[in-house]
Amino acid sequence: MSKIQIKMTVNGKAIEALVEPRTLLIHFLRDQLNLTGPHIGCDTSHCGACTVDLDDKSVKACTMFAVQADGGTLLTIEGMAAPDGTLHALQEGFREMHGLQCGYCTPGMILRGYRLLKENPKPSEEEIRSGISGNLCRCTGYQNIVKAIQYAAAKLSGAPVKEAAE
Amino acid sequence: MIPGPFAYHRPKTVADAVGLLASLGEEARPLAGGHSLIPMMKLRLAAPQHLVDLSAIAELRGVRNDGGDIIIGAMTTQHALIADATLGSKLPILRETALLIADPQVRYVGTVGGNVANGDPGNDMPAVMICLGATYHIAGRRGERRIAAREFYQGAYFTALEPGELVTAIRIPTPPAGHGAAYEKLKRKVGDYATAAAAVVLTLKQGRVATCSIGLTNVAETPLRAEEAANAVIGSTLDAATVKKAAAAAEAIASPASDNRGPAAYRKKMAGVMVARALERAKARAA
Repeated sequence: MSKIQIKMTVNGKAIEALVEPRTLLIHFLRDQLNLTGPHIGCDTSHCGACTVDLDDKSVKACTMFAVQADGGTLLTIEGMAAPDGTLHALQEGFREMHGLQCGYCTPGMILRGYRLLKENPKPSEEEIRSGISGNLCRCTGYQNIVKAIQYAAAKLSGAPVKEAAE
Repeated sequence: MIPGPFAYHRPKTVADAVGLLASLGEEARPLAGGHSLIPMMKLRLAAPQHLVDLSAIAELRGVRNDGGDIIIGAMTTQHALIADATLGSKLPILRETALLIADPQVRYVGTVGGNVANGDPGNDMPAVMICLGATYHIAGRRGERRIAAREFYQGAYFTALEPGELVTAIRIPTPPAGHGAAYEKLKRKVGDYATAAAAVVLTLKQGRVATCSIGLTNVAETPLRAEEAANAVIGSTLDAATVKKAAAAAEAIASPASDNRGPAAYRKKMAGVMVARALERAKARAA
């Protein structure tokens, strides 16, 4: 099947590429753009490890074709930190609050947390939990992930943040 | 998992989409949010030669009033539906139902049209549309036709849609102010289809049920309209004995399969439990 030319902005950079229509967005990101932060967890749209931000929406890149993202603006975990390496408040939150153990779900969790906080800068614990209900973590029991997102919400709103306990 | 090869089309109008589907024939499938179709393609349970992506067709999106009816474009996402102020005030059951579908990421992409049109008995919106007396607008090569949700579903993945036709919009008669509605869904986890679910829309007059309709999800090959259960509560104050009778009438028409959500007998029983809970909650919400 002939390839199609697509254009998009990925982490602030304009890109153009040729893709087969059947190429899934996750494979395009990982294999063609070498952005291996978004992970393939379940490959069945359940786990959320492949979550990226596309046109102000959190989407599961395993259940979308790259051609569907043509013309779009994408953000992946690789685009979260500032160019000088300063971590985004969410990344800092996951580090400070021990929001990860194996780290496999983390890029998806952070990208989902990013859109959640854009839409709702001061979420309740309940809203955070339902907001990340499409992301599975098999290590942490979610408690510290919730705390990490709370940390980021506080930091982004200018409130002083507490360092994690021991 | 990698789907089979296909050619991709992204028309800008309904006329172009219908024209493409007509000329490409049975090897073409429309693509809405893709969260049912793409997983099937990844498993190679579906292998269309052509995908006609409907996402660039602006006329398929959005919510508007038309006389006494509310019209929802088929490509309106569950996320947009949840955020819509008109629906929030006039048809809150849609928001309640949409929030029980899948998870946030899927709701950003998944559409109400895809949910009602693909005929999956696990989908939640069909029973709600049956309950609300909705009508589907359908575009095809020969023009537009309309069909009641109550006549649309023929079997699992079998609907009244002819090859090459598209559901373009859903027309819902606005329920009277003061109506009470509820959607009760029993599921094992976020993202699961219902073990059993029930939709109820009712109105009260002097504390008694004046009108009532009930729909059931995922307890048969198609969504069900539970007419006998609804009739059982009309004229009552929804006392415990009447609610029990309605639940039993709903159970009587449920014919779920045994699956990993539970044995058939359990799922049948849960259909009744969901009806009872939805009736109670709809009553509490009615004025």
